[in-house]
Amino acid sequence: MKLGKKLGLLSGLAAGVMLAATGLAQAADPLKVGFVYVGPVGDHGWTYEHNQGRIAVEKALGDKVKTSFVESVPEGADATRVITRLASTGHGLIFTTSFGYMNPTVRVAKRFPKVKFEHATGFKRADNVATYSARFYEGRHVVGLIAGKMTKSNVLGYVASFPIPEVIRGINAVAIAARSVNPKVTVKVVWVSSWFDPGKEADAAKALIDQGADVMLQHTDSPAPVQAAQGRGIWAIGQASDMKAFGPKSHLTAIIDDWAPYYIERTKAVLDGTWKSGDVWGGFKSGMVKLSSYNSAIPADVVAMAEKARKGIIDGSVHPFAGPIKDQSGKIILKAGEVMDDKTMLGMNFYVEGVEGKIPQ
Amino acid sequence: MLVRLENRGEISKAMVYASPFIAVVLTLIAGVFLFALLGVNPVEAILSFFITPISTLDGFAELFVKGTPLVLIAVGLSFGFQANVWNIGAEGQLTVGALAGGGLALLFFASESLFLLPAMAAAGILGGMAWAAIPAFLKTRYNTNEILTSLMLVYVALLLLSYLIHGPWKDPDGQNFPESRLFPDAGILPVMIETTRMHVGWLFALAAVATGWILIARHVIGFQIRVTGMAPMAASFAGFKEKRIIWITLLMSGGAAGLAGMVEVSGPIQQIVPNISPGYGFTAIIVAFLGRLHPVGVLFAGLLMALTYLGGENAQIEMNLPNAVTGVFQGMLLFFLLAADVLIKYRVKFGGPKTAGAAEGAG
Repeated sequence: MKLGKKLGLLSGLAAGVMLAATGLAQAADPLKVGFVYVGPVGDHGWTYEHNQGRIAVEKALGDKVKTSFVESVPEGADATRVITRLASTGHGLIFTTSFGYMNPTVRVAKRFPKVKFEHATGFKRADNVATYSARFYEGRHVVGLIAGKMTKSNVLGYVASFPIPEVIRGINAVAIAARSVNPKVTVKVVWVSSWFDPGKEADAAKALIDQGADVMLQHTDSPAPVQAAQGRGIWAIGQASDMKAFGPKSHLTAIIDDWAPYYIERTKAVLDGTWKSGDVWGGFKSGMVKLSSYNSAIPADVVAMAEKARKGIIDGSVHPFAGPIKDQSGKIILKAGEVMDDKTMLGMNFYVEGVEGKIPQ
Repeated sequence: MLVRLENRGEISKAMVYASPFIAVVLTLIAGVFLFALLGVNPVEAILSFFITPISTLDGFAELFVKGTPLVLIAVGLSFGFQANVWNIGAEGQLTVGALAGGGLALLFFASESLFLLPAMAAAGILGGMAWAAIPAFLKTRYNTNEILTSLMLVYVALLLLSYLIHGPWKDPDGQNFPESRLFPDAGILPVMIETTRMHVGWLFALAAVATGWILIARHVIGFQIRVTGMAPMAASFAGFKEKRIIWITLLMSGGAAGLAGMVEVSGPIQQIVPNISPGYGFTAIIVAFLGRLHPVGVLFAGLLMALTYLGGENAQIEMNLPNAVTGVFQGMLLFFLLAADVLIKYRVKFGGPKTAGAAEGAG
C-alpha cells in the first residue's frame, strides 16, 4: 500500500514535471537550445569554438533563446542519455558536436520527433536531424603551403587524433600543398587516440620534434603541441581556435572554426518555423573556416602566396585536392585536370605521397 | 600541540557499515558550502544534482543503465580485493568481453535467433575471463605483480578494439568511420520499461550481487577468500591453496567485467564503437571500496556513483554549473570515506605520547 502510494506520488511528480516542461515549450517562452560537447569548454580548441558559437547565439537572439550545454560527454552510452535529457527538458534545438554522437543523436531524434537536432561531422540524417561540418581541408591547404615554405628540415610533424576520414583528409591536404611548393617535404604523423589529452599531445609533439620536424601541425583540440613547439623553438600551426597566446613566437597562424553564423541562422530558422533538415559543408566562402592573423616572421611573399590560395579557394579557381594526386606507392589516383568529388573526400582512407607511415588499422 | 593517531585496537563493526552513510552526509554538507561559495543557491543545486535527475521515469531508469556496469564489475572486483588480489585491469576485461559478445552479434548480423543473446552473454563472460587469466597465469607461474600486468593489459585490449573497428569490423556502409555496423535486433538486450533505456542487464547485476552475497557469506570459497586476505599465513596453514584463490578471484572478476562489457554494447550502445566504456573498470574500483567490498554495499555504492554522473549533467543543464562538479563530488565522497576509515581504526590524540614511566606510574 505504502509503496504503491509512494510510486503514485512519484509518477504524479514526474507527470507534473513533464507537463511543466511541455507548458514551457508551448508558451511564447524562449526557445531552449542545448549543446553537447566532447571536451571541456576550456580546451581552447574544438569545444571552445563551439561554445563561442553558443554564446554568439545568446548575444544575437537575446531573450528569444535560452541555451545550455553539457561538456566532456563521452562518445558512447552516455551520449544518448545526455541528449535524451536535453530533449526531455524542453530543448527545441540540440547541437551534438562530435562525430561519435551520430547514432545516439539519430536514436534520440526518433523518440522526440518535434525536437530539431543538428549533428556535427556525421552523415546520418532524418526529418529532424540535420548535419553540418566545415571544410577544414581548405584551411589545411593554405597552412600546408606556409609550412612547406617555412620548413628548413623538410619534415612536418602532425599530431593526429583518430584515423577517420576527416583527419586523414587534413593530413593529405597539408602534404599535397606543402609538396607543391617544396617537393622534398615529408609529413610524419603520430596518433594519440584522443581529441583532447594535453599530456599525450605534448609527448607526441616532442617525439616528432626529436625526429626532425620543424613545423608542428595538429588535429587535436588542446594547444599543447603549440606550447611544445614554442618550448623547442620550432614553428607551429594552431587548430580550431587562435592559439597564439600559447606560443607567440612559434604560432604561424591557426585554422579557426567559426560556428557562430551557422548556429545563429539555424536557431533563427527554428524560431521562424522554417527549419529543415539538410547537410551543410561550409568553408572559407561561407566563413565557417577562417585563418587567424599571420605571424610577422612569415616573409611577405609567402603571405601573398597564402592569401592568393585562400582567395582562389573562395572563387573556385583553387581546389586542395586537384589532380594529379599520387598515393604512397606513387600510383596516380586522380588524373591531372580533375578535382576530387565530395564523396571521395568524405570517405578518404589512404595517405597521399609524402606522408610517412601507415594509417593505423 | 602535537596531534597523533592512536590505534583503537578493536574496530567497531557498526561504524564500518555506518561510515559510507556518514561520508554521504558529510559530502552533502560540504556540497552546500561549496555551492554557496560558488554563488549558487545550495538547496536548488543539491536538488538539481541529486533529485531532479531521477524525478522522471526516464531519469530513474537511466540510473540503472549507468549503474549496471559499475555494480557488475565492482561485485567481481570485491572478491579479489578481499583476498589481496588486485585486479586493476577490469577496463580491459570489459573491453574484451564487449568484443567477444559483440563479435557474435556482428558475425550473425542477419540472425533472428533467440539463442544469440545468451550466446553473446556467455562469450562476454568467457572473453573477460580469458583476459583475466593472463595475469592469473603470470602471477601463479612467475609471481609477477598482477597490478601491473592487469593494468597493462587494459591498453592491449583497447588497441585490439581499435584494430578491429578500424579494420575487419568496420561498418561496410559507414563511410570508413571506425564503428561497427549496428547489431541485429536479436543481439540487443530487451528493454524492461517501455520508452526508457532500462534493459535486462540490470537483472544480471542483481544476479551478480545475489551470487556474490551467497558465495562470500555462505560458501566455503568466500571464507577461504576472506581468510587469505586477512591472514595469509593462517590460510596456508589451514591448507587453502593460494594459487587456487588467485585463479578463482581473477576469473570471477574478469568474467563479471566481461559480462558488463557485453551488456554495454548490447544494451545502450548497440554497436561496437571506439569508446565502449568511459572508464567503468576504474570507477568500479572506487565503487567496490565505497561498498565496503560487500555485494549489497556495492549495489548501493554503484547506484550512488551513477547518480553523481546524472546529477553532474543535470546541474550543467539546469544551473550552468561546470562539469568539474561531478568530479568534486566523487572526490569528496571518497575523501570522507577514507577519513572515516582512518578514524574507525585510530583515535585522534592531542599532545605528545605519555612517557613510559608516567604510564607505568598511573597503572
